[in-house]
Amino acid sequence: MSTEKEKIQAELDAYNASVEKATAKFPERAHLPEQRLYTPLDIKDTDYADDISFPGVYPYTRGVQPTMYRGRFWTMRMYAGFSTAEESNKRYRYLIESGASGLSCAFDLPTQIGYDSDDPISEGEVGKVGVAIDSLADMEVLFDKIDLGKVSTSMTINAPASVLLAMYIAVGEKQGVSPDQLKGTIQNDILKEYSARGTYIFPPRPSMRLITNIFEYCSKNVPKWNTISISGYHIREAGSTASQEIAFTISDGIAYVEAAIKAGLDVDAFAGRLSFFWNAHNNLLEEVAKFRASRRIWAKVMKERFHAKKEKSMKLRFHTQTAGSMLTAQQPNNNIVRVALQTAAAVMGGTQSLHTNSRDEALALPTEESVMVALRTQQIVAYESGLADVIDPLAGSYYVEAMTNKIEAEAWDYIKKIDEIGGAVSAIEQGYIQKEIQDSAYKWQMDVESGAKTIVGVNKFQVEEKPVEGLLRVDASVGEKQKGKLAAMKAKRDNDAVKKALADLEAACDDTNENLMPHILNAVRVYATLGEICGVMRKVFGEYEAHTNL
Amino acid sequence: MFISKVVLGIDTVKELLTGSRLALSRTITAIENEYEEASAIMRELYPHTGHAFVLGITGPPGAGKSTLTDKLAREYRKMGKTVGIIAVDPTSPFSGGAILGDRIRMNGLTLDKGVFIRSMGTRGSLGGLSHKTADAVKALDAFGKDIIFVETVGVGQSEVDIVKAADTTMVVLIPGMGDDIQAIKAGILEIGDVFAINKADHEGADKLQAELNMMLDLDGSMLEWRPPIQKVIANQGEGINELIALIDKHYTHIKETGLLVRRRHERIRTELLELLKSSIGSYITKNIVDSGRLDNYLSDIELRKNDPYTIVRELLNELLKK
Amino acid sequence: MMEKHIRVLVAKPGLDGHDRGAKVVARALRDAGFEVIYTGLRQTPEQIAEAALQEDVDVVAMSILSGAHPHLFPKVVELVRANGMKDTLIIGGGVIPEGDIPALKKAGIAEVFTPGTPTGDIVEFIKTHVKK
Repeated sequence: MSTEKEKIQAELDAYNASVEKATAKFPERAHLPEQRLYTPLDIKDTDYADDISFPGVYPYTRGVQPTMYRGRFWTMRMYAGFSTAEESNKRYRYLIESGASGLSCAFDLPTQIGYDSDDPISEGEVGKVGVAIDSLADMEVLFDKIDLGKVSTSMTINAPASVLLAMYIAVGEKQGVSPDQLKGTIQNDILKEYSARGTYIFPPRPSMRLITNIFEYCSKNVPKWNTISISGYHIREAGSTASQEIAFTISDGIAYVEAAIKAGLDVDAFAGRLSFFWNAHNNLLEEVAKFRASRRIWAKVMKERFHAKKEKSMKLRFHTQTAGSMLTAQQPNNNIVRVALQTAAAVMGGTQSLHTNSRDEALALPTEESVMVALRTQQIVAYESGLADVIDPLAGSYYVEAMTNKIEAEAWDYIKKIDEIGGAVSAIEQGYIQKEIQDSAYKWQMDVESGAKTIVGVNKFQVEEKPVEGLLRVDASVGEKQKGKLAAMKAKRDNDAVKKALADLEAACDDTNENLMPHILNAVRVYATLGEICGVMRKVFGEYEAHTNL
Repeated sequence: MFISKVVLGIDTVKELLTGSRLALSRTITAIENEYEEASAIMRELYPHTGHAFVLGITGPPGAGKSTLTDKLAREYRKMGKTVGIIAVDPTSPFSGGAILGDRIRMNGLTLDKGVFIRSMGTRGSLGGLSHKTADAVKALDAFGKDIIFVETVGVGQSEVDIVKAADTTMVVLIPGMGDDIQAIKAGILEIGDVFAINKADHEGADKLQAELNMMLDLDGSMLEWRPPIQKVIANQGEGINELIALIDKHYTHIKETGLLVRRRHERIRTELLELLKSSIGSYITKNIVDSGRLDNYLSDIELRKNDPYTIVRELLNELLKK
Repeated sequence: MMEKHIRVLVAKPGLDGHDRGAKVVARALRDAGFEVIYTGLRQTPEQIAEAALQEDVDVVAMSILSGAHPHLFPKVVELVRANGMKDTLIIGGGVIPEGDIPALKKAGIAEVFTPGTPTGDIVEFIKTHVKK
């Protein structure tokens, strides 16, 4: 065996010597891997059984299910939502008819930050980046004629996740679907809101309580629900590197598991419902390696650190979205190609579900036509490309395995550093994670501006362009419309019941031993609004004040 | 109403004194940029100064000074006092630019008309900075602010000079600085009238307090006023009222013992001397260096047609006659 | 007289939390020698105008990615001007469709920088257009 290695080493030396002169780098390709060529020597310390193993087998490097896409394809889940519940309901039904296998709800910013549409701070934002939800009444319309017993629904909602989940449960009740039949995911990942995405409401401590309340409530009442989607996507969008994306996110994951254990939950009672959310960025092979490395790290964390017993607790299941920040406003059709390559990365990396961005999203919300191309991209990769034909097709590639090891090692370094700081919450409070992300973002921008990094159509191969026609416009009157609906609903509901439910919720907020979910559900059922419910919690919990180190 | 930045004049002063925030803001700009109009404005404002209580706040980076300032300001507002805040951040020595990020921790105060916050960069001219912040304090004072905070990062001597000009100086420290406390001891510990240990819920707060107590006890110069230490958790608002009580106590102390009068007397003396020096300096720059006369003198000296001593005497005579 | 330092308020009006662009621009402006006052997320137009007044900035630079720009950008212009700051250069950036730009400019936004703009262009624009 060692003679074999020696032989490869000798030949590699000879090869390197022979091409030495040809190594002058193109200035615009300053980010090439250290080596031009990878050989068995680069993975000589990698053990197949321990480090790579089989799909569905610890440490799950090759995938979490034994059969992966030979069993069924990933869930093609298109993130959508804008304007009013009526408009979004139409888009959802269109997507389901077009073959989308799951829904993914985008909420507008007032909803994400717990304000009603008639709050002065909501002005100009209602219905813009997602659908406006003020109360159960809107949620009923949003899922009108959609069977919650059949569809799986992902909701991008964090700070007020408990309230939107309660509304979903209440819509289910009205449709005659019991909570234990509901399938879906709430993002519910507050830590990355502080570090990267910005739609936080409450300070970390009460936020962590809300999250563990949801874990506990769902483990008993909504067992098929994914109670959190621990998200690296937005950390990457904010400018992090691939290693930072998974390191910071897994550190967040560790913080959630610790909080739940501290709250008295058994790790195997909730860990199986934890899911992750990754970004599919431009560098295809690096991304595949990242997905593989993330599974291996999480498996080790759950087994070695938290002593999980159930296999399900150790499996990192993840949703993927193609990188929004890599879409260019210039020559937007090029984005179709970028998204296709990113889709390939997600699929070869073994994602459980995928949202593909539309070509026009650097300009506005996508049109129906662009969304269709994005969905078709997934279908082409699934049915035509052959990438989904075998499991983990890049395993054994010298380069991809070496890269998987490298990303894993870099991520562990960060995780250890964050442990030393005192965990993700402390690292965020000290601004450490934010600073690391910002430094990477600034470096990226400077590399693009210096030409060290090429973005086609942006800093190379530019052309004169005409403004893009036919972008989606959200009707400016949506704010007024929504305000009118809200006023009408408030006039109709039983206001005494609302008052009582809110008072009861306030008392429950004060008692840290109380699980808030049943109280929120009661308030939702009598049509207390999102703003009213979050207002009560704001009053008791206070609000998070960001501080930024630049 | 429009005030040109270049033509700041008599109206600016009148407007500032009758409550125009724009006039106040533009006055501080004139001070910061050393516009020629600045000294004329300051002349007019001077009779209206001397009423505000000036609180200096300093401490190492990351100690939470801005958050603490925010919380203190809110409390003073509750008592009905108006507040001015000058927040100084370092200018980058490489680019000459700066990110002034203190406001971000005080966003809740922005719309309170009883509060005026101004961020300043050190702009490399540290010597002149203490003079500029002192004038900005006077502008806020003349505007009618009851309490004026001057916040700086206590890393260099010049930043120390800035807060020294305050009536009461508060030093903010946090646990976990390790041996750094030894290093900063010489610099900012001796100027603290009141100490705040922020992030007191973090590990090491008790140890820091003990160390600090030891150092303060060892210092023999503190017979009159032994600086008290207050633990706070600024971002949760804990310990703020206690801290204010200590600040008040110090203010009462310096008033009753005459120290306030002595401090202000010393401050005026320093200011006057510095103003005199810098004015003479500017006169020399303008009339001797920039006019080219200096070069002529130099060549005369080199040719031994004249000597430095004679020239200085002549120039001084000329200056004094004016 | 000292060389005048250009002061820029970098703010995110509205509710969106995507501050990558705003932070990158803030740093780039600092590196270009400007004094940047960074006020962070969720600033109302009233807060932005008041901060601009207190800081006597030469430039107000805003970033919005949520689509709320048609409402919020003109509101800031209106409030800044109402404060008597007639010369302050007000610029915006973010996910802003080409078609919206003429109306924003008419409302007093001096320039709109869309995705992909090099930070150097923003620096140059400010240097050329700021009222000294």
